[in-house]
Amino acid sequence: MLDNFSVDRFFEALPYMGKGMLGIFIVIGVIIGVILLLNKLTTRKKSGK
Amino acid sequence: MEILYENFLRLFESGGWKYVVMWIIGGLLIFLAIKKDMEPTLLLPLGFGTIMVNIPLSGAIAQTVEGVTEMGPLTTLFNAGIANELFPLILFIGIGAMIDFGPVLSNPKLMIFGAAAQFGIFFTFCAAAFFFDINDAAAIGIIGAADGPTAIVVALKLGSKYLPAIMVAAYSYMALVPIIQPPVIKALTTKKERLIRMPYKGKSISKTTRILFPIIITLIAGLVAPSSVALVGFLMFGNLIRECGVLDSLSETAQKVLANLVTIFLGITIASQMQADKFLQLDTLLILGLGLVAFIIDTAGGVLFAKFLNLFMKEKLNPMIGAAGISAFPMSGRVVHKLGLEADNQNHLLMHSIGVNVSGQIASVIAGGLILSFFS
Repeated sequence: MLDNFSVDRFFEALPYMGKGMLGIFIVIGVIIGVILLLNKLTTRKKSGK
Repeated sequence: MEILYENFLRLFESGGWKYVVMWIIGGLLIFLAIKKDMEPTLLLPLGFGTIMVNIPLSGAIAQTVEGVTEMGPLTTLFNAGIANELFPLILFIGIGAMIDFGPVLSNPKLMIFGAAAQFGIFFTFCAAAFFFDINDAAAIGIIGAADGPTAIVVALKLGSKYLPAIMVAAYSYMALVPIIQPPVIKALTTKKERLIRMPYKGKSISKTTRILFPIIITLIAGLVAPSSVALVGFLMFGNLIRECGVLDSLSETAQKVLANLVTIFLGITIASQMQADKFLQLDTLLILGLGLVAFIIDTAGGVLFAKFLNLFMKEKLNPMIGAAGISAFPMSGRVVHKLGLEADNQNHLLMHSIGVNVSGQIASVIAGGLILSFFS
């Protein structure tokens, strides 16, 4: 375990933290947008009736 | 008689003590399941399986004696249901059928906390990278998804040899959410913040939205991270069965019989990997420690993100709801609700916290998919 210790690997991993969190926020943002749109569209249909 | 004596003596051979330690671990898991009611559906089979596979020359797992390999039933089950990711994915159908996405569909903005509370995954991944190869570090980081099936699928796809430790950490800490989260939440919030009330303005959600939601989520997640299609797809398929309104019988089966059946085999099959030689290593202890870090940072990430948003909001949020984004459905939602009531017995946060909690479930699967797309 300790013989495998590597600071370089930590720095190799660091950019993925940024990419990963950014990716999650973007995907969740898109999903939020889609839900808002869906809610709007389906509510409109109801009021149209 | 001589054979019986020989088998018994194996316990006293060099390394024989390890079997006894594994029996104690198995016993502890069974104790936690029965006495403390901690994830009993998983910890009990896991505990019993641990004892079964740690009997010298156990016939429950494959054994090679004098060059001849004899398959054991647990090894066969592992190859048939875990190594190919089938069991966790089938379990996802049941979980999807159990989840009501109503609170999220009613207030989709809550989903943002589900994203923030995945920070523990990537933080732990970076911390694990100090000690483990990148793929193993990523598999260890996914303990922070606080979601057993996601942790199993990601660890398997990344080819991590630490699957048993990752599994035990993921499920144990999920069960320990009511113990882990409250001190972290209290340390990061003031009494005044915990008192913030959030009136629930529930909107009725059309059936069309409920049906389209799982389909669209699968499409979005699949397009962004194709590796996540199986994870997201099975979860959303289960939810579609629930929401379509014409498969009530299947929905009920998926929620109860299917989920229970797979869980029985999942626990005992994963135990086949908890063999003393593989499990009793310093690496395992380190993974358990990193898993705890993942849950703490997840909780902190959600709470601090809510506090950050409060800087810009007129109508303040109770920052505790951010902690429910950790997934671990529905324990973490309930923990936040209880803490709200503890601060003020009229402060009902359940609908918000469950909404965030469900979002955490989706976000954790997406996080798993992203990790897979980065490293597999």
